[in-house]
Amino acid sequence: MKKSNRRRFLEITALGGTLAACKTGGKVEEPAPSRLGKPVSAYGERAPFEKAARWTRTTRTPEQASSNTPHQDLNGIVTPSSLHYERHHAGVPRIDPAEHRLLIHGMVERPLIFTMDELHRLPSVSKIYFLECAGNTSSEWPEKTAPDVQQSHGLASCSEWTGVPLSLVLAECGVKPGASWILAEGADPCRMSRSVPLAKCLDDVLLAYGQNGEAIRPEQGYPLRLFVPGWEGNISVKWLRRIKVGDQPTYTRDETSKYTDLMPDGTARQFTFEMEAKSVITYPSGGQKLSGPGFCEVKGVAWSGRGRIERVECSTDGGKTWKDAQLQEPRLRIAFTRFRFPWNWDGSEALLVSRCTDETGYVQPSKEELIAVRGLHSNYHYNGTKVWKVAADGSVSNV
Amino acid sequence: MCKGWSALLLLAAALAAQSPKYHVGRAPTSDEIKAWDISVLPDGTGLPEGKGSAVEGKALYESRCQKCHGAKGEGGDYEQPIAGGKDTLKTPKPIKSVGSYWPYATTVWDYVNRAMPFDRPETLTHDQVYSAVAYVLFLNGLVGEKDVLDAKSLPLIKMPNRDGFVKDPRPDVAAPSKKKGS
Repeated sequence: MKKSNRRRFLEITALGGTLAACKTGGKVEEPAPSRLGKPVSAYGERAPFEKAARWTRTTRTPEQASSNTPHQDLNGIVTPSSLHYERHHAGVPRIDPAEHRLLIHGMVERPLIFTMDELHRLPSVSKIYFLECAGNTSSEWPEKTAPDVQQSHGLASCSEWTGVPLSLVLAECGVKPGASWILAEGADPCRMSRSVPLAKCLDDVLLAYGQNGEAIRPEQGYPLRLFVPGWEGNISVKWLRRIKVGDQPTYTRDETSKYTDLMPDGTARQFTFEMEAKSVITYPSGGQKLSGPGFCEVKGVAWSGRGRIERVECSTDGGKTWKDAQLQEPRLRIAFTRFRFPWNWDGSEALLVSRCTDETGYVQPSKEELIAVRGLHSNYHYNGTKVWKVAADGSVSNV
Repeated sequence: MCKGWSALLLLAAALAAQSPKYHVGRAPTSDEIKAWDISVLPDGTGLPEGKGSAVEGKALYESRCQKCHGAKGEGGDYEQPIAGGKDTLKTPKPIKSVGSYWPYATTVWDYVNRAMPFDRPETLTHDQVYSAVAYVLFLNGLVGEKDVLDAKSLPLIKMPNRDGFVKDPRPDVAAPSKKKGS
């Protein structure tokens, strides 16, 4: 936050300097390059002035933890791979792709083992998809505890993923009649495993090895991950080593004890896969400060696991009145959509909030509407609207 | 367009089920499959030979599990409770322990076998996994101290919250009545 504010301050000061120079007849001198700049390099680095970083809560088990994307520092719809959120259950394994294998077995005519080289030979696709942890924004269920958008919404990111359609590989194996689920298992130390309905696997699931043009990062599952578009991040099993085709779910720990949604009546929803439509304003957002009244472009992102974002509305009075935001094209299915909303801040207290509508007509609910149905203990799948308060002094906070 | 793409893939899958198209990859041996296939189903499919009781599990639990999970499974600095919490799921402070929440004892076995102890997963023998699971179930009052768990007896344990799970009814939150315009 502070860094972000400082950068904006620097930008504004730089602009002021330019204007001042014009007024005084252009006395600003270009600094003469006294020496050559840096030479070409094998792998690029960002500017040393840029400090945007993932955020991690203090933990005694950083191998079983998560880190959040700094939405307040990002533009556009693609999250840099280095800033994509993380969620690991037993640390990031070091896997040599030459040694890695994917086994597909169970209810198939021909069990097969693939090397990474063999998977790379198969027909591939590239798709821009968001990925969101089921627990993203869970800090909003009770009293709102996250001070900024990175902590409240940072377990969602968006990348271009490249890989082989799982349907294609399953066809090579020949799925037997009666099969209805697969079990996907990782090569991480806890062998993270999840069951996925076969119908989804035959629809749009990928065996992904590429992210934003290069190989998937180790913390995203290098060299191979399952990618299940629009569904809770946990099911996109990283470091994928095994797929077992069967006729029932396996009821693994992460689809029984975890990633199930406890309701007020004591029952728990299971296999709650889809991430419902959600939006959040990233600027101005919690922890930032507006330097004074005047024009301010409100910016944010919206996404839906059920398809394309069709509409984003913004309110500056806490949701009493709404106006349409501008949507950046292209609007892709199951991807971040950037929205912008021109606002003239009059200097009085304001409550900024956005809400989105996806292609199914589903409208993002408020926190109160969510809690009225699901109570306070479902933990996962929070997608309520997010209100930021702009105080008269320009400071922005979570309310 | 996307539906058409899916339909094409489904068609491709149906066709290729007759014969492989790309002939990439190799057939695994049955030993390879056996070595990799560690998952266990609720009916016990996948459970290996071996056995253990809470009596045997106690020492193992105290040396390898207690630090995180607490002496009585009450949780600790690193983990939430794995025991207790009976009849709390409807209350303002629900406790989702093995005994109060987990629907299948087989899932406990599968998870301990693949992921525990946290810092040294997959180091327990099958007998040790049966013993550790027996001790956790004993802490929850679900088995006797001397009850022996094996591939036959473990799946027969009826977990208290077996029927506590429901299908996903979403979208479940009604859209605001005023959807259009400001």
